[in-house]
Amino acid sequence: MSAGLVILAVVAVATVGFFVGRAKSLSTAGGDIRQLHSLPSYYGQATFLFAAVPALLVTFAWLILQPMFVESQISGMIVSGDIAEGSSRTLVMADVRRIANGLDVAVTAGKLSETGIEKLNTASTDVRALLAEVGVAVASDVQQNILAAAKEFRILTSTLRVAMAVVALALSVLGLVFALTRIKPEYRARNVSEQAVKALLILSSLVAILTTVGIIASLVFETLHFFQLYPAKDFFFNLTWNPQFTGGSDLGFIPLLWGTLYVSFVALVFAVPIGLFVAVYLSEYATNRVRSIVKPAVEILAGIPTIVYGLFALITVGPLLRDYFAQPLGLGQSSSSVLTAGIVMGIMLIPFVSSLSDDVINAVPQAMRDGSYGLGATQSETVKQVIIPAALPGIVGAILLAASRAIGETMIVVMGAGAAAKLSLNPLEAMTTITVKIVSQLTGDTEFASPETLVAFALGLSLFVLTLGLNVLALYIVRKYREQYE
Amino acid sequence: MYDAPILGDAVNQKTTKISARDVQVYYGDTHAIKDVNVDIDAKTVTAFIGPSGCGKSTFLRCINRMNDTIDVCRVVGDIKIDNEDIYDKRVDPVQLRAKVGMVFQKPNPFPKSIYDNIAYGPRIHGLANSKADLDVIVEKSLRRGAIWDEVKDRLDAPGTGLSGGQQQRLCIARAVATEPEVLLMDEPCSALDPIATAQVEELIDELRNQFSVVIVTHSMQQAARVSQKTAFFHLGNLVEYGDTSQIFTNPQDERTQNYITGRIG
Repeated sequence: MSAGLVILAVVAVATVGFFVGRAKSLSTAGGDIRQLHSLPSYYGQATFLFAAVPALLVTFAWLILQPMFVESQISGMIVSGDIAEGSSRTLVMADVRRIANGLDVAVTAGKLSETGIEKLNTASTDVRALLAEVGVAVASDVQQNILAAAKEFRILTSTLRVAMAVVALALSVLGLVFALTRIKPEYRARNVSEQAVKALLILSSLVAILTTVGIIASLVFETLHFFQLYPAKDFFFNLTWNPQFTGGSDLGFIPLLWGTLYVSFVALVFAVPIGLFVAVYLSEYATNRVRSIVKPAVEILAGIPTIVYGLFALITVGPLLRDYFAQPLGLGQSSSSVLTAGIVMGIMLIPFVSSLSDDVINAVPQAMRDGSYGLGATQSETVKQVIIPAALPGIVGAILLAASRAIGETMIVVMGAGAAAKLSLNPLEAMTTITVKIVSQLTGDTEFASPETLVAFALGLSLFVLTLGLNVLALYIVRKYREQYE
Repeated sequence: MYDAPILGDAVNQKTTKISARDVQVYYGDTHAIKDVNVDIDAKTVTAFIGPSGCGKSTFLRCINRMNDTIDVCRVVGDIKIDNEDIYDKRVDPVQLRAKVGMVFQKPNPFPKSIYDNIAYGPRIHGLANSKADLDVIVEKSLRRGAIWDEVKDRLDAPGTGLSGGQQQRLCIARAVATEPEVLLMDEPCSALDPIATAQVEELIDELRNQFSVVIVTHSMQQAARVSQKTAFFHLGNLVEYGDTSQIFTNPQDERTQNYITGRIG
């Protein structure tokens, strides 16, 4: 019986429990709902939960623990003679699992019977050829000992599967009966249901948190691994980035950090004033009609995939800047430049700044505006001296969120700013960022144990720390702002 | 102590400051103010009373064209201040509002220092030539707002950190700092406790020496205490207008009678 079927069966039992529980609660109250503590459906839900939750939990735990248990049992059957030169125990165990799986497939295909497997012997049958016939490829000829392990693996696995089904169903039925015995008019079924909702919500937030923790842990682990191969001092303070896959690379992250900050800075120089002006226009000057057209139009910018912005940078903005600025002024020959990527990224960020700032400006109480107009201030005086100062913390939060978006941007930089790691002040020169280098270090045929590859994790962690810092700062500022007006 | 109307120093000179003729106000399709005719005297406190939604605040906001900031609002008819039509095309509503100050129902100090709150209007209108000038204006306004003694040591503290009553007096001081001729007050005491209310009422009585004050209030006792003239609004109509003593002791209209005795409203 497969795991999916077991889960279905448990849910079926629990569903039956729901209806029985509901009916029983009604009958204990003599058909009068007002005698009950909770509505009848809550008694049904409580019964459902008692029947389903413990059984499902055991099933999931079983599914996780069973392979470990089987592995430890079977691995005892393999003696060191079975492990070929240059191989390892885990590789042999993978073979065992593969053969066992192949035998299952053969049985389903009708090539073998259960008794046939019992008698199967490497001396009389070419197991490798037999398995190849049903589409399961095994790396080398199968040895008798390993075949025996595979047979044992099959038997143990199927026995445990059956055991799991029995235990889960038994638990489900027990839970059902237990819940039914508890149904009395004064039983607080509604509170049980409330607890279950709470548990579900906590579980969901745990998933998000644990994922974050997992990502950080993997980054930190690989970064530590990298620092064992490459000195941390060089990574942080070396001023050249020059990875060589033959070894002897310079992996200083300063040029990349500089490129990242420079491109982001240029992007913000474009995005912040324009975005802010858009927000002020939309929230203070525009009529409702104009606003209902302009706001979605600006927000379309946020929906354009970054690769399309990249194309725009590569085909339009880059050559334009090269032909009309860089070459006439003698500042550069490349169409890839910090300015190209910065401008295009700035366009991408306008809706971030404008949309968030618009919300913040709208949250400034009307009383502030009235007060200012009532003193004979014009609209722009009011905006400049009352509304922007009042909304400033929120606007700063919006800008910081846009900044962390800019720092994490990859596609526009690859296509707009190029891939050359340089330390330069000239905005018309090609430079590159941390994200771009992470991509280029991890793509292609690379060995996963070399510092040239592992540096990607150190770069990733640096990036993570940078954007996390900005996000925390933004959240802190936004929260402080909220306290002021609510 | 304020229960009796202040009649002793009743108005002698009857200069009309604001005169309204056939004023109609529409919010979209709603006819909020109907045929209001009223002459408001200079250097007098005039109270607008009436049940909620009767249009008294709307009419008040017509006097400094604050209704212009509401898109759907439309004003028809003549309102003249010193015989000048304020709805004339040549009148700049921004300039008008410098001349006709306003204090709102909820204290609304700007999120700035106390000093900057008061200096806001004078700075915008260029009333001070130097920092010293501005200091003088700020101190004078705070004194007129009867709050100087409480805040003189912390002019750099944020205005939002004051208590509700102090905030409202700060807002009054802010409004008088631009030297308006008319001061409009939209239920200035409705968010205040009785002690703060008494302080603000005392202040209003003093302001009468320099300004024409128009005050909207829900409290008939307050109208009786601070005003010399009272106008009673009902369902968008100006029902009765006259000396406060006459309105409260000898109302001519049955609706006024019913309202002040608590039968409607």
